[in-house]
Amino acid sequence: MHVVRLSLHDFRSYAEAEVALEPGVTSFVGRNGQGKTNLVEAVDYIARLSSHRVSSDAPLVRHGADQAVVRAAVVRDGREALLEIEINPGRSNRARINRAPLPRAREMLGLVRTVLFSPEDLTLVKGDPSDRRRFLDDLLVLRAPRYAGVRADYDRVLRQRNALLKNARDRGGRRGPDEHFDSTLEVWNQQLATLGAELLTARLVLVDDLGPLVGRAYEAVAQTKNWASRDDANLEYRASFELPETRDRVVVRDALLAELERRKADEVQRGVSLVGPHRDELYLGLGPLPVKGYASHGESWSFALALRLASYDLLRSEGDDPILILDDVFAELDTERRERLAELVAGAEQVLVTAAVAADVPAALRGRRVDVVDGKVAARAD
Amino acid sequence: MYEGIVQDLIDELGRLPGVGPKSAQRIAFHLLSADPVDVRRLAQVLVEVKERVRFCSVCGNVAEEETCRICRDPRRDPSVLCVVEESKDVVAIERTREFRGRYHVLGGAISPIEGIGPDELRIRELMTRLADGAVTEVILATDPNLEGEATATYLTRLLKPMGLRVTRLASGLPVGGDLEYADEVTLGRAFEGRRAVDD
Ligand SMILES: Nc1ncnc2c1ncn2[C@@H]1O[C@H](COP(=O)(O)OP(=O)(O)O)[C@@H](O)[C@H]1O
Ligand SMILES: [Mg+2]
Ligand SMILES: [Zn+2]
Repeated sequence: MHVVRLSLHDFRSYAEAEVALEPGVTSFVGRNGQGKTNLVEAVDYIARLSSHRVSSDAPLVRHGADQAVVRAAVVRDGREALLEIEINPGRSNRARINRAPLPRAREMLGLVRTVLFSPEDLTLVKGDPSDRRRFLDDLLVLRAPRYAGVRADYDRVLRQRNALLKNARDRGGRRGPDEHFDSTLEVWNQQLATLGAELLTARLVLVDDLGPLVGRAYEAVAQTKNWASRDDANLEYRASFELPETRDRVVVRDALLAELERRKADEVQRGVSLVGPHRDELYLGLGPLPVKGYASHGESWSFALALRLASYDLLRSEGDDPILILDDVFAELDTERRERLAELVAGAEQVLVTAAVAADVPAALRGRRVDVVDGKVAARAD
Repeated sequence: MYEGIVQDLIDELGRLPGVGPKSAQRIAFHLLSADPVDVRRLAQVLVEVKERVRFCSVCGNVAEEETCRICRDPRRDPSVLCVVEESKDVVAIERTREFRGRYHVLGGAISPIEGIGPDELRIRELMTRLADGAVTEVILATDPNLEGEATATYLTRLLKPMGLRVTRLASGLPVGGDLEYADEVTLGRAFEGRRAVDD
């Protein structure tokens, strides 16, 4: 799929912008702070309804305005559709397709799929477990949009259960938990286990599918000259409790439920939920060693790129070609990694590249060039 | 910021559910330019509603007397009780004309985040009502969202051992939503297709 027209209204630094796009590679070039990332962020927002830079919507609305609108005309299987999202911080967003409103904005998820590379990707490797969980869950939602609902519900149940545990702990010292504590906790356990098992099994299947693709992508990005055989990149999902050897949701739910029962005293004492997918980790390894704490800066970057490339391969194997966005990544990479990344993505249906310095973008990816200067977007005629 | 009392009005309106700062300002200026008679009538209703309206001592629904209209109506089936979160859910269900029994209004749903546990809801009153055995079926019509589900599960575990028939509205209601937003047809069908809960 590809975007043929992007129009922004009060989005980030843009009061009003219209950008015509084409399939193939487009690079947005301009000095820092001119509004390049803001453009590609809008495309990514249409796909994921969230931004890779901020967790709340407020910064996406132009300073002084109270709502932003992003419109994208998207071509998929030769048919054009107009997608529109109205961003209303603090209130619900509204989405329309071909001018018809959707009951809920969330229903737009999955219509456009993007894979975005950015300088922040290094945190996939070097960051906290929560960064890697978010990576898995974001990919899960692109793969099957209904997981956006599962994930939101799980987070809500978790907050309810944590509030209950915290209340119990705070009262604990004086009177002990109140008489309804056990029966109320059981109700939340049930919900946490049901939703948790759904999220967990989906992540397990995702890691099963992604693992081999990451191995291959790493090899493609990192292979240097003809050095001795290199270590394989590998993934392993490490749950916060002992998982049964199955992807069966009911079995996983029962195991999680049993574990909640077993850890109850501990949880009450600490006043927080200690088991479930919110405590799990995606382990990244190179050969026998973990990447975190062991890999060099270059290897870490290769791994981060491999995770994104593998995401792209996975999505493409299950549907149409996602839109690739390379936001300011070339400046982070050495020449060899740049060249290899460029070769790997050059054939995608649509690639949007941003760079401060045109020379940083390998020749294979220069494509159509658009200059971004002071919030003005102009295709360069060459 | 506007001067004194105008700003006070905007602030008060802004405290109402579903009214953001922009709407509060719009309503305030609408009131300022409206006919004084209309505004006085609105003020009067606001004062009266607070003075006159109470909660039914039997079911917890809003009422103008000691008990509500539904609890006083002898034609209503005393053997079926529909448990809802709020009075507005009673109104939504009444609109469907599917239900001829009586109600019990809990006053919310279990939500530890908001400090609402079983003691904050009218669950003790529900148990007292059920004690004489006149009610044989309890329909759990809490909202189709996480807190509503949690409340229904909690009540099921409490009521099942009493030998009552416990039912839940059929699926088909918009998940994650509010009962009051379901249209009549959908809600009516959900009632018709209610099923016994097995936990
Ligand atoms: N909500 C906003 N309102 C107004 N300006 C914004 C907003 N968010 C970001 N900006 C401005 O956008 C610019 C950054 O744009 P960006 O696309 O990230 O630049 P780059 O071209 O380096 O990628 C900054 O000058 C920033 O102040
Ligand atoms: Mg940038
Ligand atoms: Zn009553």
